Amino acid sequence: MIRLLSTLLIGVSSGAIYSLMALALVLVWRSTRVVNFAQAGQAILSTYIGYEVLTHVNNFWIALLVATIAGACVGALVDVLLIRRLARVSGASANVRPVIATLGLLGLISSGVGLIWGNDLKRIATPVGTHGYTFGHTTIPFSPFNLLIVATAALVMAIFALIFQRTNLGLALRASAFAPETARLAGVRVDRTRTIGWAFAGAAGAVAGLMITPQSALAPNSMDLLLVLGFVAAVIGGLDSLIGAGIGGLILGIGLALILEYVSTSLAFPAAFIVLIIVLLIRPQGLLGKLRGRDA
Amino acid sequence: MHKAIVILRKRPTIFILAGLFFYLLSDHVDELRNFQGATAAVYLVAIASIVLLTGYSGQISLGHGAIMAVGGYAAVLSQKYWHFNLLLTFVAAVLAAAIFGAILGFAAARLSGPYLAGTTLALAVGLPSLADQFHFLGGEQGLAYNVPQPPMSLGADFTQYHWFFWITGSAALLMIWLTQNILGSRYGRQWRAMRSNPTAAALAGIHVGCSKVLAFTLSSGIAGLAGALMVLTLNLVTPSAFPLSLSFTIVTGAVLAGVGNLRGSIIGAVVLVAIPELSDSLATKLGGAERVSANLPGLITAVLLILTVLFFPEGPLRKRVKKTT
Amino acid sequence: MSGLVVKELNVSHGAVEAIRGLSFTVAPGSLTAIIGANGAGKTTLLRALSGLKKAQSGSAFWNELSLLGAKPEGLVRAGVVHVADGKSVIPEFTVEENLDLGGLWRSDKKDVVLAKTEILQLFPALATRLKQHAATLSGGERQMVAIGRALMSRPKLLLLDEPSLGLAPKVIASIFDSLNELRKEFGLTIVLVEQNAVSALRVADNGVVINLGELVTAGPASQILSDPALRAAYLGV
Repeated sequence: MIRLLSTLLIGVSSGAIYSLMALALVLVWRSTRVVNFAQAGQAILSTYIGYEVLTHVNNFWIALLVATIAGACVGALVDVLLIRRLARVSGASANVRPVIATLGLLGLISSGVGLIWGNDLKRIATPVGTHGYTFGHTTIPFSPFNLLIVATAALVMAIFALIFQRTNLGLALRASAFAPETARLAGVRVDRTRTIGWAFAGAAGAVAGLMITPQSALAPNSMDLLLVLGFVAAVIGGLDSLIGAGIGGLILGIGLALILEYVSTSLAFPAAFIVLIIVLLIRPQGLLGKLRGRDA
Repeated sequence: MHKAIVILRKRPTIFILAGLFFYLLSDHVDELRNFQGATAAVYLVAIASIVLLTGYSGQISLGHGAIMAVGGYAAVLSQKYWHFNLLLTFVAAVLAAAIFGAILGFAAARLSGPYLAGTTLALAVGLPSLADQFHFLGGEQGLAYNVPQPPMSLGADFTQYHWFFWITGSAALLMIWLTQNILGSRYGRQWRAMRSNPTAAALAGIHVGCSKVLAFTLSSGIAGLAGALMVLTLNLVTPSAFPLSLSFTIVTGAVLAGVGNLRGSIIGAVVLVAIPELSDSLATKLGGAERVSANLPGLITAVLLILTVLFFPEGPLRKRVKKTT
Repeated sequence: MSGLVVKELNVSHGAVEAIRGLSFTVAPGSLTAIIGANGAGKTTLLRALSGLKKAQSGSAFWNELSLLGAKPEGLVRAGVVHVADGKSVIPEFTVEENLDLGGLWRSDKKDVVLAKTEILQLFPALATRLKQHAATLSGGERQMVAIGRALMSRPKLLLLDEPSLGLAPKVIASIFDSLNELRKEFGLTIVLVEQNAVSALRVADNGVVINLGELVTAGPASQILSDPALRAAYLGV
């Protein structure tokens, strides 16, 4: 019983991180209909910037703030310099091209980060305790830091859900994604709005990066796995839905934790793939996604 | 839109000529070049598989490295447990990968762009690590792959790598010739039609779902051969030979080649082999710090990729696509 | 105030000329109907005027403001709003969200609220359906939403692309009447592109007849309606 509970808690905690990454991917998808593989690169860059700040100012919260702002700026820059240009060219490979471009950008940032900071593993200290909470004689593998992760993820998701559904900015973001020409004719500055979407996504990715690193290590490619898992989580939840990102992350996190604990430790990746395939076979658009036709 | 590519549709002449040229060349270069040539042959076949899948049938796969792994493991296992000779192991690789691709294709046919990308991505990460699990797959150390020595008739100083190059080169040329025929056939035309306008294609009687699965199957078979060839050059099959970055590298090579263009595959393959080489010499010139030499190849590849996508959307062999309103 | 002045406009789709040497004027405050058969170039004309399509040559001015080459978002801020056909209503959004979309760019939020009230008075059917998803609306209601959204921007020049498409005659009549009311109440200049030539000319002051991208004739609507040759050739009556 304790074992099951502990496993679930671990699953929730790691699921929260996947949700954050998934959230970043969904944000970009909802505002630009592009899958941003460079999200990992943006997150890594922001995390390294946070690391830099930490080495000068030994305060996790300041580092988090700076990293988030940096993430937003990087996201905006990527949109302005790369994605906008791609949107203007058309042709047979118009849908594949932005995907490839973001892949290239991922490689660029990873190599760049390695060139600047080196490939050795760096560590970031946790801001709160990592010792599990104790109840009498039992200690569960859920620490204050895990709680922080879950709380942060929930907060970020709530903020974005609110922005998208209740504010004028959210309306503009949604319109720019679903019906850019109509939005233009209604006077919305679609290009600028999309850039804001990318900035939001960059910020979310930065938070994810800085939250996952203290319990592992920082290296130029340490986010690649998170990218894949975040993407799987986003797809499970349905790329169109912010809430779906949260649910997808939870399902993936708990599912993986259960498999790791009760089946085998090294079946993690194949397990992720199987979870994904099962969900997509039943609902090709993800759990909460909308079926908008093959090309959407 | 595109003009149909008409390259020597069923004439093997140019391949025979190319083959002779490369073989003559291989006599006069050192071991390293022969090894690189063999690697280029592997990339050539892998890129061709992407050209068929993405360039022609419009489906994206970020997991072809895993499919290569299926081929590679099939080759080694068939040799180890069924004592297949070299040629038969290649056949086993192609068949195993093709069957795998067919199954994957059925799932893929229902998925659109990003969902397909995500699934293949998860595959690329998930599949190779399966080998760690099962002992008969060799675990992390992998399994050895025996390549017979070159026949005596070729002379005493005909080296192993030279032999590798001959084998991989011939296999690659043969596979490319076959692929060209496939692409030039009515299936190739169907895929093209499907890709540019699926609705119109369906109305014209093309069974879009079947067509997509066929493309996936054939593409996987080709990738399977690439996997077997790779295993040959390494003499070994391990999970670490097929990392996520391999899938990305192949797609990169295809894009650099012009993803709709089989002819460009040679350029793509050569570039993929040349980049590590060039960046090594560049890194040494820049002082040879470890962080430079480790990251420079990736940097160059990434920059090339981004520039290609921005300025040569249809690949360097086509004219620039004009902007439309 | 010089109104809308189009001179020698040429617009092509690739190699195909859609509009050739088109010139006409629309007086400020008037309702002008642009009519012609399918494929005559009417929609292309509007898209060129609202910045969605690039014109090859010629000029188009709205009161000293050049329309060609401007971005749609910019023109909206200058008071020129193009209402594309009813498809331009976003089906996944509610009626209210669709309307609000038109007022997003404005800084005068109080006036935005006022405008919404006025629009709901003009189209009472929408007032009860504010929270409904636009996908569930009838064709006529969707057209009302599209026009309502345009009005949220307090336009001076309204370009309407076939508002009657797919609508029943009674609904068409009511929409056209509303348009007239709008014009008088808000001092709008309205350009109405229509295939339903007779209904459009009956409500318009002036008419412009286009065929195969070229001007056939322009003049008072009543004149066009009563010309038997024109009626036979272009009005299908």
